Amino acid sequence: MQTLTILASGDGELNPLIPHPVEIVLSLVVFGLLFFAVKKWVVPNFEATYAERTSAIEGGLAAAETKQAEADAKLAELDRQLSEARHEAARIREEAREQGATIVAEMREQAQAESNRIVEHGKAQIEAERQQAVTSLRAEVGTLATGLAGRIVGESLDDEARQSRVVDRFLAELEGAN
Amino acid sequence: MSSIATSVTRADGFTPPGPGDFNLPPIGPDKTFEFLGQEMYLGVTKPMLQLVLVAGVVFVFFWAASRKRAMVPGRLQFIGEQGYGFVRNSMGRDIIGSKDFQRYTPYLFALFFFILINNFLASIPFFQFPTFSRAGLVYSLAALSWIIYNAVGMKKHGFLGYLKLMCVPSGVSPAMYPLLIPLEFMSNILVRPITLALRLFCNMFAGHMLLILFALGGEYLIVEMAGAYSVVGVLAWVLFIVISFLELLIQFLQAYVFVLLNAMYIQGSLADEH
Repeated sequence: MQTLTILASGDGELNPLIPHPVEIVLSLVVFGLLFFAVKKWVVPNFEATYAERTSAIEGGLAAAETKQAEADAKLAELDRQLSEARHEAARIREEAREQGATIVAEMREQAQAESNRIVEHGKAQIEAERQQAVTSLRAEVGTLATGLAGRIVGESLDDEARQSRVVDRFLAELEGAN
Repeated sequence: MSSIATSVTRADGFTPPGPGDFNLPPIGPDKTFEFLGQEMYLGVTKPMLQLVLVAGVVFVFFWAASRKRAMVPGRLQFIGEQGYGFVRNSMGRDIIGSKDFQRYTPYLFALFFFILINNFLASIPFFQFPTFSRAGLVYSLAALSWIIYNAVGMKKHGFLGYLKLMCVPSGVSPAMYPLLIPLEFMSNILVRPITLALRLFCNMFAGHMLLILFALGGEYLIVEMAGAYSVVGVLAWVLFIVISFLELLIQFLQAYVFVLLNAMYIQGSLADEH
């Protein structure tokens, strides 16, 4: 313990710059071991983690970009479809309107034609009936006139009272015939 | 050990802490041997144990943190990734360049956390000894850095090409070469490992020495002296705490600078033009 104290108390001869030989070797060996251990078991792990993380992030970004592009494309497609559908609807509406107008016009025309036809038919029928009446009347008037004339001729024409009686009777017969 | 030393010397007044406070005795029998005219302890000492322990802790922590390889990291993996990413990105990729840095990431990463945790042990209770205040431990790391950046350069440019890259500055008239080539050789080949080693070693050594001084000096003033001196002793202890925080910053910075310079040296060796 005595020598120890003398050594430790710094007697001026001790030069701290002079290295302890064992320490030189020990430091080299210990650091060398640490270096190889770190190089083999620590650094590759960290580097692999970094690389995996980088690729994961990059992959995630790429996937997100793809998804975004897909979504954009889908949106554009939907927009396109929507505007197409609107266009189509407008077209159909327009067509329907046109068709409706056409149908109404056609119907009107038809109705007009029908009514004309009915009116024509009625007129024709009336005309035919009139013709028939005229014909039958003409025939009848002839017969009647002939009958009347015969009667008038058959009776004595000088008797004025008789004459007027014949005429009255004729007219009464005529009325009765009607 | 220092407490024994001071208790022995206390009778003749205060003995300031010295290099002996860093020469901790080994666990077990304290045999000594001669090396470069200096008596050395033979055996396992505290900084040696700390060195091994830190290597184990650093490996186990980062191995556990990197093992799961989860896409969404948990807390442990997150911390591990932050630490790894800090060295990989800010020192590897940003300095060496995204083309070549992957080859040197394991070295820079292991080196940074090896030095950082060893430095932090100076401020962690029960350890409270900066491992790299032992010059021998630092020399080998600096020598390794020197070998690596020179080997990288020679592999890429060939021996003469590398020497030319390191020593012949571009864009200078050849008339200046006799002056500049020795200077460049000195600064780029000879001095780099020395400054690298001394910067780390001296910072750790001096920082710890300062803390010992404030702690023991404060104790001496409070215990051995009276009156106004004990007030100064209390002040010394307050300063001890303040400087401890400063030391935390220095411990980080020294680890950072050591690894940063390693990365810059490697980058310089890989560069096409000096």
